[in-house]
Amino acid sequence: MRQRSQLAGEAIAGALMTLPAGIAYLLLLLLPTLATVLLAFSDYELGAPVLGWIGLDNFREMLADRGFGVSVRNTLIYVGLVTPASILGGLGLALLVEAGARGRALFRAVFFLPVVSLTVAMAAAWQYLLHPTIGPVNAALRAMGLGTPFWLSSSDTVLLSLAAIGTWESIGFNMVLFMAGLTAIPRELYAAAQVDGARSAFDRFRLVTWPLLGPTTLFVLTISMIRSLRVFDTVAVLTQGGPNKASEVLLFTMYQQGFTYLRLGYSAAITLVFLAVVLALMWVQTRVLDRRVHYA
Amino acid sequence: MAGITITGIGKRFGATVVLRDVSLTVEPGEFVALVGPSGCGKTTLMRIIAGIETADSGDITIGGRAVTRLPPAERDVAMVFQSYALYPHLTVRENIAVPLAMRRLSAVQRLPVLGGLLPGARARRRAIASEVERAAAPLGLAPLLDRRPMELSGGQRQRVALARAIVRRPAAFLMDEPLSNLDAALRVQTRREIVEIHRAAGVATLYVTHDQAEALTMADKVAVMMDGALLQISSPEAIYADPASLQVATFIGSPRINMLAATADAEGRVDVAGLPVGLRAQAHSALTLALRPEALRLAQEGLPVIAEHLEFLGDGLLLHARHAPDGAAVIARLEPEAREKVQPGAALRLGFAPERALLFGADGKRVAARADARLVTA
Repeated sequence: MRQRSQLAGEAIAGALMTLPAGIAYLLLLLLPTLATVLLAFSDYELGAPVLGWIGLDNFREMLADRGFGVSVRNTLIYVGLVTPASILGGLGLALLVEAGARGRALFRAVFFLPVVSLTVAMAAAWQYLLHPTIGPVNAALRAMGLGTPFWLSSSDTVLLSLAAIGTWESIGFNMVLFMAGLTAIPRELYAAAQVDGARSAFDRFRLVTWPLLGPTTLFVLTISMIRSLRVFDTVAVLTQGGPNKASEVLLFTMYQQGFTYLRLGYSAAITLVFLAVVLALMWVQTRVLDRRVHYA
Repeated sequence: MAGITITGIGKRFGATVVLRDVSLTVEPGEFVALVGPSGCGKTTLMRIIAGIETADSGDITIGGRAVTRLPPAERDVAMVFQSYALYPHLTVRENIAVPLAMRRLSAVQRLPVLGGLLPGARARRRAIASEVERAAAPLGLAPLLDRRPMELSGGQRQRVALARAIVRRPAAFLMDEPLSNLDAALRVQTRREIVEIHRAAGVATLYVTHDQAEALTMADKVAVMMDGALLQISSPEAIYADPASLQVATFIGSPRINMLAATADAEGRVDVAGLPVGLRAQAHSALTLALRPEALRLAQEGLPVIAEHLEFLGDGLLLHARHAPDGAAVIARLEPEAREKVQPGAALRLGFAPERALLFGADGKRVAARADARLVTA
């Protein structure tokens, strides 16, 4: 009897202690998400006194809207460029820094700097660097006798330039994650690989490093995809989606629809699509790939 | 000449000298145990022989080839690691196949699917597969071949590591404390299995351990290492009964060998606290007389001790006592029947046969002694 009341007391205490976190979760995450889901099926505009339920009309409009199609295409190209570049770059840097005898902390700090700096401020620096006439990048190209593209103002190069900035932003983050993964690999495995006949560094990378980094790589892949899918700051500061929608990306379209044209319903529908893509990615990570990289 | 020969190996890490002038030979087919306390440099020596670490000085010959400057892959040795060092992403079958695949298949032929389609690769892969099964079967691994290391017990992982070592038929086996992660019962069983594998393979084996019982039970020859130097290399019997120095005598044997201060007078008569013990040696003022616990027995005459406490071992008794004149701790292994006679606090006499006593000088080196027929004591 006493035991039961004790257990109940413990359960109540536990519930009470999780209550603040529970309330925060409800107010800050769950309710806004639910509101977004509801808004996605309405024609609500900011400031409008009434709201009408229009079912799937928002999604129908999305499919028919060429601008939205371009936005999706641009986002996919951006993700397709930034994700592999920042993963391979991060892994390469991590291997180099780990192999080096000294300066590990220095290199880690140097490459991690873009991650902790404010993107908007950094974007201004990039704007100067990539400026067609006064930018150092083009000055260098000119000095080498090469062409001087309009990096951010030509529709041919704008996505590439943004992807380069995006890679620069997340390469250090990926590097730090890979470095953590590398330190978790037992040294004796490398010794065993050497004795077993792995002569070259590449052989050892293939036999030990790459497979044992599997869980790290999967995590980095998911994080990188989601991070690059979320690209917004650089687009908003540097190009505003231009020129001629050549750098229009999903979140920028959503922002414009919601806060420039005040069409919150349509904007919510775009958000919902974005959310679905992110959830799908996470599902793929946990369900499909996780099983293939954890060797338990 | 095959086997392993190392000459004059020296190694320092910064200012710390880890190995000083170590020379050792493991004949083909011989099992040598390298034993010493933790941190004595034995694992470093093994890693130097494998080529994972480089020596500052000295030469290494394996299977008759000078390998000092060769990478590990070309030294024709196999190593078993303390942590087993199995590749967690590979199945047991693939783990055992690694040493063969790395040597016989090119980088392209090793590719998962495509590699199998290349000319020549299929036949080689088949050969590897059958050799893997042949290495795995005697170790009882046949039913486990498709599991991953995580799904195996410690003992099973240990056997996979052994199979991976023997599959290639190397010129030498190196084993670095392979049993220290196993529980006591499994350790005794695996001890025998390793000796059997060694016998079947007939390959020079160097076995590193800090456990003197392992060294004594398994090896043909025991090499005792301390502070980076080899103190003695002899048969297990000689290491135990005829140690070259006090360090070896105290490290080998459990419980520890008893040590008593002794002197030898001008005529060479050795006595302990004024009691002649029936030995003659060169005149010396500071000797150590060392006696194994089983060399002592209850007697009418002999070393005067005060009994302190008793440990019952089943087949015997351990008497912990103090040497009456100087309070030195003495442990004697007695017959179980002695129990009634040795109450704690009792004054006893412990006798011994003079030829079983070992004498060491002040420098810890062995001092020659002979039993003195004219003296009848103890």
